[in-house]
Amino acid sequence: MNQADFYSLLPIIVLTTWSALLLIVDLFIDDKKKGITAVLAAAGLALTMGLTLSQTGQTVIGFNGMVILDGFSTFVNTLLLFSGLMAISVAYGYIKRRGIERGEYYSLILFSIVGMMLMAQARDLIVVFIALEMLSIPLYVLAAIDNSNAKSEEAGIKYFLLGAFSGGFVVYGVALVFGATGSTAFAEIAASIATGNAETLLVLAGAALILVGFGFKVGAVPFQMWTPDVYEGAPTSVTAFMAAGAKIAGFSALMRVFATAFPDIAVDIAPVLAVIAALTMIVGNVAAIAQKNIKRMLAYSSIAHAGYILMAFAAFANPALRDDAISAGIFYLVAYAITSFGTWAIVISLEKEDGKGLAIEDYAGLGRTKPLMAAAMTIFMLSLTGIPPTLGLIGKLYLFRVVVEAQFMWLALIGILTSLISAYYYLRVIVIMYMKEGEPETVSESWLTFTWGAMAVLTVVLSLIPASLFAWASGALMK
Amino acid sequence: MGSQTPWVYVGIFVLVGLFIPIAAIAIATFLGPKKPNAIKQSTYECGIETVGDSWIQFKAQYYIFALVFLIFDVETVFLFPWAVSLNSLGIFAVFEGIIFILILLAGLIYAWKKGMLEWA
Repeated sequence: MNQADFYSLLPIIVLTTWSALLLIVDLFIDDKKKGITAVLAAAGLALTMGLTLSQTGQTVIGFNGMVILDGFSTFVNTLLLFSGLMAISVAYGYIKRRGIERGEYYSLILFSIVGMMLMAQARDLIVVFIALEMLSIPLYVLAAIDNSNAKSEEAGIKYFLLGAFSGGFVVYGVALVFGATGSTAFAEIAASIATGNAETLLVLAGAALILVGFGFKVGAVPFQMWTPDVYEGAPTSVTAFMAAGAKIAGFSALMRVFATAFPDIAVDIAPVLAVIAALTMIVGNVAAIAQKNIKRMLAYSSIAHAGYILMAFAAFANPALRDDAISAGIFYLVAYAITSFGTWAIVISLEKEDGKGLAIEDYAGLGRTKPLMAAAMTIFMLSLTGIPPTLGLIGKLYLFRVVVEAQFMWLALIGILTSLISAYYYLRVIVIMYMKEGEPETVSESWLTFTWGAMAVLTVVLSLIPASLFAWASGALMK
Repeated sequence: MGSQTPWVYVGIFVLVGLFIPIAAIAIATFLGPKKPNAIKQSTYECGIETVGDSWIQFKAQYYIFALVFLIFDVETVFLFPWAVSLNSLGIFAVFEGIIFILILLAGLIYAWKKGMLEWA
């Protein structure tokens, strides 16, 4: 390991050390003062974020080409660390209230983020797989952390079994690609395909298997069936983290792998990805209409949003549009992360100790009793639909532009039509909040209030000045 | 035949390997006298009569020990080549090894403090 190696992974090394130490320090913190652990975990994330930001604009390849630090990884890692901070902020009061507060909760979030960050920096399929396991295993435990609750246990075991299953797909895909090209490094795979030395059929089969594996992770149709059950069963604070963090990591890996390892078979893969994107949007949005439980509705909504982001991959086939597609994709991830954390914070505010208060009907009367919270929820629902003045609209705008430029008119049409369908169930929440009588009970907890308040402000303000954020996303290029 | 020849021997070997146990079991079935009684039917040598159903939840207390053992077992596997080639690896490897041991030590402290090493 030389200095460049060390520097390329510096934030990850710091965060790993921090979370391992946190696990030990937490042993000596009194059970009633686990708030200290939360603060320490957040401090670790903030420190790592500072280090990541200090590396902005640099490109370093480390560990003999196994990992890379570039604009893309810096951007994605910052977003991941932000998700981690939000995950701690929504979890702090909630896990105390539900009686599942343990110091390990925070360490597990940190460990998972380490895996996600490694995913964004991977430059070799083996590293991708290691990172996938590193981010997944803490998430399985987190999903089942409410182990006195059968639903949480069910969510954990379901997530674990399907995660292990999808991990198998990724490994088999990696093996086939290695068999065809003789390497697991992205650059060498791309070179081998470009020179025509590789067996195209084997490469395609391998790429398809890797796509299936990550399709499970991000909840793309037809690999989405675990999503509603796991999202509903897991403690809501964990669901919030899963919805944002795991999705960001999964998509960043997909973008990296398909842009740098398989650029020459993109023409073959793009139509497949376009069909998957279309199916994901249709299934997610149509299934969400019938949901009565807000967690399930948001689970289907997260499937639908995975479909929107997948549209960006359809544009990969055109090398001139590749960078635009990537920046549109990660811009949408930012918009989705901000909006979804805000929404989940409000869901957590209405959730009762025994898991009640999760029906969409329970939001009746919120507009009268808690006007500010209802206003924030309105903003998030508008943003998820894609109605101005919210970040969701800007994100969709960039995505649709790329898709249209890539000549996938039918895909853009399906995207717009399904967005219209989604307006029905998102706006229904707003209608219930303002038009129906009810006495919703909410929990006032300062960090939750901060989360939904700050996210609502960000959703609106960033949508008014999207250019600077998009410029940053456009600078997040893969080297 | 040519290069196929060795595989013929494997095939013959498999057939013979299947034939011998089948023949032994078949001969014993046809020729062996059958005079069962209560003592002959009882559990033979390997323990006592079972009580109740064996499809129950067992309290596998020792799984934590198994996990902790596994960690240190793997540690030994890595430390052995490290110790053998320490001279050629230099000072960097010494620190690398120490960090590795420290990480595992943190795991041990964690398990210890959580009371995982107590049997009760």
